[in-house]
Amino acid sequence: MQAVIKKKAIELLESGTVNRVLGWKAGEFFYDLTPAVFTTPEQIEKDFVYSVFSGANMSKYLIDESKKEGKVAAFIKPCDGYSFVQLQKEHRIVRENIYAVGLACDGMCDMREIREAGIKGVTSVEEDGETLKIGTIYGEKTMAKKDALLERCVHCKSKKVVDCDEMIGENGEENRDCGRFDEVEKLEAMSPDERFAFWRSQLSRCIRCNACREVCPACSCVKCVFDNPNSGIAQKAAASDFEENNFHIIRAFHVAGRCTDCGECSRVCPEHIPLHLLNRKFIKDMNELYGFYQAGADFESKPPVMNYTTGDAEPSIVYARGGDK
Amino acid sequence: MQVDKNWTPTIVAFCCNWCSYAGADLSGNNRLSYPANVKIIRIPCSCRLNPMFILRAFQRGADGVILCGCHPGDCHYTTGNYYARRRMTLLFSMLDYLGIEKERTRVEWVSAAEGAKFAATMNEFVEAVTALGENKRLEDFRCKQ
Ligand code: SF4
Ligand code: SF4
Ligand code: SF4
Repeated sequence: MQAVIKKKAIELLESGTVNRVLGWKAGEFFYDLTPAVFTTPEQIEKDFVYSVFSGANMSKYLIDESKKEGKVAAFIKPCDGYSFVQLQKEHRIVRENIYAVGLACDGMCDMREIREAGIKGVTSVEEDGETLKIGTIYGEKTMAKKDALLERCVHCKSKKVVDCDEMIGENGEENRDCGRFDEVEKLEAMSPDERFAFWRSQLSRCIRCNACREVCPACSCVKCVFDNPNSGIAQKAAASDFEENNFHIIRAFHVAGRCTDCGECSRVCPEHIPLHLLNRKFIKDMNELYGFYQAGADFESKPPVMNYTTGDAEPSIVYARGGDK
Repeated sequence: MQVDKNWTPTIVAFCCNWCSYAGADLSGNNRLSYPANVKIIRIPCSCRLNPMFILRAFQRGADGVILCGCHPGDCHYTTGNYYARRRMTLLFSMLDYLGIEKERTRVEWVSAAEGAKFAATMNEFVEAVTALGENKRLEDFRCKQ
């Protein structure tokens, strides 16, 4: 796959279709691939990496990149594609300045999962069909790829790239039975005390690094509420339980209806906080109360929070809905 | 645990300028009583209620927060309360999901003519929150004396 993508990138540059390419290159370690802009075929030959760690969603970077001179090529996985469309709907990116290459994807891996499987001293990870060949300082190990997937890939909601100029590989289909709400349902079935304890144990680990916000394509406000110097909560670690709750409730609320469930927030959180459980709660509630909605699945539909019907449920429905068992 | 018999909850009531705020006025004119610990904050429309206002109220010592607006269909700005209705439903559900007592938050539609409903709603809400006790799960210990 990497060879095909590199070839395409070079071809696009050389034919003059684009003057730069947005892709991945190795960060500090081979497994922390970071987004990068390439302007010459030599750079692409040398640094461009597409591997099982190319989870980073390129859409957000297009906000800035698409406003620069000339066309930029971007590689869009299915989950990134939803953010790509959502940002177009929000008029945040200039579509004419982008050459989008859709990628068929069968899942990205998480280094944490590999470590948790007890594999230490990893120096390389190669994909070989369904297995990962893992080179370590103690010799070569193998692991089934499905056991090393990112959470969002285990519950992959769609293999379909909604909008692109060409595809590498076959475009796939949406999968509504991906089980991504199972964990949310488990939490809903707990008692309020258990839920409170669960979320305290999760959210109290937050160091307010803001990585979840920075990486989120929906969190691309020019001025974020959490940067307001008068708010008392700007650019600092949470000083109390309240500030932790406040940050997470408000952030999840702000992206409700625009969050495509791309899974980036959970992927980058250094504290492994399952942020997807907050976003999916909103998505699940909106699906149940206002009809199925997937942000970024099309160009026309209105997000449920920017819409209404005169017969909507009253807020008191919350008292009657699950959660007290 | 010792129960303080004299404890009364602090309630913040966000009231829409065009209906519930006038409803509160009317209930006063009619000499109907509701507890003095209901603090009314006037907002231009129920949909002006930023979810952060609710969280801030809890942070700074509220034990219950209620939003009062025009009946659906009667919004001064035509559709504001329809949006508020969706937002509050989602927010309350999220608070419940985080294990915060969902009875601490409420939405009631009270028109300018419903002074009696305003007083009754407040009495009932104060009673419900008194039964729940102090807000512990969304408080900010730094804001307590
Ligand atoms: S990425 Fe994790 S630790 Fe950082 S602010 Fe977000 S939730 Fe907190
Ligand atoms: S909140 Fe998380 S899952 Fe949703 S769009 Fe942002 S990064 Fe993606
Ligand atoms: S937290 Fe809210 S204000 Fe801040 S960037 Fe995200 S959506 Fe925008």
